Amino acid sequence: MAEFKSGIDAFAARFTDLMIRLRWLVILAAIVAAGYVGSGASQLEYSNNYRTFFSKQNPELTNFEEFQSRYTKSDNFLFAIVPNDGTDVFDPRTIKAMGEITEAGWLVPFARRVDSLTNFQYTYAIGDELIVEDLFETPDEVDAATIAARREAALAEPLLVGQLVTPDARAAAVNVVLNYPETSLTEVPEAVVAAREIRERIKADYPHLDVYLTGTSMLNNAFSEAIQSDFMLLIPIMIAAIILATIIAIRSVSATLVTVLIVVLSAAIGMGWAGFVGVKLAGPSPSAVIVILTLAIADSIHILITARAALRRGLEKRAAIVEAMRVNFLAVSITSLTTIVGFMSLNFSDSPPFRDFGNISAVGIAAAWALSLTLLPALLSIIPFSARQASAGASGSRTMLGLANVVIGHYRVLFIALSAATIALISFIPRIELSDQFLKYFDPRIEFRAESDIAGEYFGLYPMEYSLDAGEPGGVNDPAYLERLEAFTEWLRARPGVVHVFSVSDIMNRLNKNLNGDDPSFYRLPTEYDLAAQYLLLFELSLPYGLDLNDRIDIEKSATRVTASLYSEMSTKEIRQLIRDSEAWFEENAPSIDGPATGPQVMFTFIAQRNVQSMVQGTTLAILAIAVIMIFALRSVSVGLLSMLPNGLPILAAFGAWAILVGEVGFSVAAVASMSLGIVIDDTVHFLTKYMRARRVDGLSAADSIRYAFQTVGVAILVNTIILGVGFALLTFSAFKINAELGLLTTLAIGFALILDFLLLPPLLLIVAGGKGEDSAGRLSPATAPAPAQ
Amino acid sequence: MKTVCLIAAASALTLAAALPARAQEGDASAAPGAEDASASTPVTSADPAARGDTPEAQKGYDISARSDRTDTGFSDSKVAAKMVLRNAAGQESVREFTFSTLEKADESVGDKTLIVFQSPRFYDGTALLSHAKILDPDDQWLYLPATKRVKRISSDNKSGAFLGSEFAFEDFTTTELNKYTYKYVGEDEIDGVKTDVIERYPRYEKSGYTKQKSWVDQDIFQTRKVEFYDRKGDLLKTLTLSDYREYDGIWRSHLFSMVNHQTNKETDLQFDDYQFKTGLDAGDFEQAILTRLR
Repeated sequence: MAEFKSGIDAFAARFTDLMIRLRWLVILAAIVAAGYVGSGASQLEYSNNYRTFFSKQNPELTNFEEFQSRYTKSDNFLFAIVPNDGTDVFDPRTIKAMGEITEAGWLVPFARRVDSLTNFQYTYAIGDELIVEDLFETPDEVDAATIAARREAALAEPLLVGQLVTPDARAAAVNVVLNYPETSLTEVPEAVVAAREIRERIKADYPHLDVYLTGTSMLNNAFSEAIQSDFMLLIPIMIAAIILATIIAIRSVSATLVTVLIVVLSAAIGMGWAGFVGVKLAGPSPSAVIVILTLAIADSIHILITARAALRRGLEKRAAIVEAMRVNFLAVSITSLTTIVGFMSLNFSDSPPFRDFGNISAVGIAAAWALSLTLLPALLSIIPFSARQASAGASGSRTMLGLANVVIGHYRVLFIALSAATIALISFIPRIELSDQFLKYFDPRIEFRAESDIAGEYFGLYPMEYSLDAGEPGGVNDPAYLERLEAFTEWLRARPGVVHVFSVSDIMNRLNKNLNGDDPSFYRLPTEYDLAAQYLLLFELSLPYGLDLNDRIDIEKSATRVTASLYSEMSTKEIRQLIRDSEAWFEENAPSIDGPATGPQVMFTFIAQRNVQSMVQGTTLAILAIAVIMIFALRSVSVGLLSMLPNGLPILAAFGAWAILVGEVGFSVAAVASMSLGIVIDDTVHFLTKYMRARRVDGLSAADSIRYAFQTVGVAILVNTIILGVGFALLTFSAFKINAELGLLTTLAIGFALILDFLLLPPLLLIVAGGKGEDSAGRLSPATAPAPAQ
Repeated sequence: MKTVCLIAAASALTLAAALPARAQEGDASAAPGAEDASASTPVTSADPAARGDTPEAQKGYDISARSDRTDTGFSDSKVAAKMVLRNAAGQESVREFTFSTLEKADESVGDKTLIVFQSPRFYDGTALLSHAKILDPDDQWLYLPATKRVKRISSDNKSGAFLGSEFAFEDFTTTELNKYTYKYVGEDEIDGVKTDVIERYPRYEKSGYTKQKSWVDQDIFQTRKVEFYDRKGDLLKTLTLSDYREYDGIWRSHLFSMVNHQTNKETDLQFDDYQFKTGLDAGDFEQAILTRLR
């Protein structure tokens, strides 16, 4: 054991010696290598497709893709038009504006279809003729009589009310459906530019109108805008925080510059690697930069604090550097390894951006480890670095000794109190509610969120799709099928939170009435198979370009699509319930015709569950791997396993605290456990390696070994925790909620880990060691502390 | 020749850009070298507004006119057709119908066509009669056997999908020469055949397209390919015409393949052998005939 440790120590000393001797070469090689890899970052692209968040195997995505290949893709822009002068939308000016938006909508890049009040295909009978025409044929000039007549018709039309006009006519909508070829990342921004131009022009030309822009295209665009907003805001703050923290901890401007260089190079390597392998940044993956900056600093801080202490003991600079490297080599390597394991476990996530996030972070942390062992000693040897200003460190060390004495003195009380508090927190975990509402993914400073919030007051912005399969070609004309379709449509309309349902059954009812001389008593489904088919044929032959039913009825006429638009404040839980209820409805009423509920909101409704399921395996593996690393590193099965307690508990406590403080969490929750474990274990590694060194190499009692650990790494652990806390807390300011939640949960876990490392781990060690042993009763002071074996 | 002849009518199916209006005409300058033996007594009504005044426009018009007029003089035709629809998921669906055409008297009016559906079974016996116009919306009537009634289709804008396929009605009915203005854009080669490439722009208001681009070969003056551009000027669909067969100097494509580039859906339109001069007359293309088809 001791031989192994001293073997590593000797290697570390020799290695550091070599680094210092070859320092110019090392500096040059490190900077060139980091610069080369970092250049890959210029190839990074932002994803702007919400489907990025789903793996190819994700069942909800597979369902939706199948649905789309049967009907059609349905990315959209929704213009919500709200008069602000007290008029309703059937004002001649507003009708004219809607006509203009409709016309302009067709010209938006990749637009395939535009639906509005003005171009709605209104049907009625004149004698024996079926008239099919735009609700407002000439929106530019429409007389009062026409408006009155069409207003009445529109507000009685189930396909319009709730979808393109509110029941009180206070707001209207124009929906532009797009088909992106998905061959270039510029497609969405191009379409967004055109859509925004329309909005601005209408607002300028019609001051009495407020226009809000939302839809899945704006959602897609918001993903990349949120990333850019984060980059602009968070990274400069993070770098400033690193500089501040390092200066406070090390009290050396030159050492701070070295630290900043190392973390920036590490982040560049991480992002450069991502660029080379073709990662498309989305959601959490760009946050890897912040994470690398945060985590990369820890290695440097540990080494620098030890070096400074060595200088203070009177070692000359080169010897102090070698000493710092020798003492920290193993700990820095183990902590890097456990952190990498934690991040790599994200590869089990169902959500590709989380895999990217884990891998980029892992690469950056590996780079930080390598640079801390090579570039750091090389640079330290050439910059001015002394212990003159370092008196504060000594007082920190004394404070730590005081803390150690308190902890040792009250270890039983602390053990009981903290265990009880932690268990109490953990008991709240079941109250956490999974919530993924994609409109709420963004901070209100992102336009998409702000405008969707307002548009959502008028229209249902969460589309939920069903494909009702009749089971045979032409089956949609079967009166029995149509009856079930209508029953389902009515049932769905009566659900709370359902703002609108689009169903072909409404068209069939209306056609039957029209073709019977507009007799209202014929507003019901045709009762003969051929009649339904031929009415529909007549209607389809009358439709203009782009407004066909091909996206509502499949080519074999064997299935139709039912689209429910859900209220945007509907919670994920409520949507899940609605999906379950609809499945139960099909089971009971139409076992042969149901298709699964699908669509973007359905995909997000289950994204957290899918990710939690997929991460169970990853998290288990990470825990096992980290436990094995700890057992191996500490050369003690009992202490290694023991170490899992102060690391596992803070994560669980963080979930418990979240349940009390926030309550709802999105799918990033799945990634937190294994990732946080990899991070918070670092402090335990540092503490326990020092503890074991004192126990084994210096033969100290458990209590004295605890004092030694507090004195040597207590300050570094505290400083590191603060930096980590700041770094992850910064993520809570991300414009993207998933990142904010990831940041806050991890911050909580890191905070709890500090508390448990300082206050629960030592009592545990004492209990395992069978008491305080030969206690020096706190007389140990920095001066008399055992000097690490030379 | 097992054509299902429920109707007493005949004439050529003139689809899309493909086999546009057979004209009878003698504007020699407009169609140099295009005088086909079968174009017996051509009556021209070359519309100066359609022909335009730039050399490119006139050359485009003239090549199109030659292509159209090579196939005139058939008086009427009848053919069985089969439409095969495919969606992005690879699902297929088939519609079958008989298509009869009565050649128009001159280029200022359009052909008359009658489509009688056989399958799918819920369309069996349904018949669509169409009187093409040049710049006004076509007149159309649909016979619904389920109600035994004829309904006039009174929409001004019939450019939607035909039977859920990728063909719009305007791709499908007679492409009248004077419905467009033209521009000659150059030469190209398709499958080793030299072609002239012409752009044409609809002159009628409610077209779903802003532009069509057609490839007309230089051997038999038939259209080999047409591209359709949507309102924003993007390529929407491509129609490929193949399996050309000759009937006494009149060429007909027997396979029209339409691909929608925006939805990845496809439709093939396949034809059996044509019958010409089957003795149909204007009386067979009147609204009243619809109720007597079977």
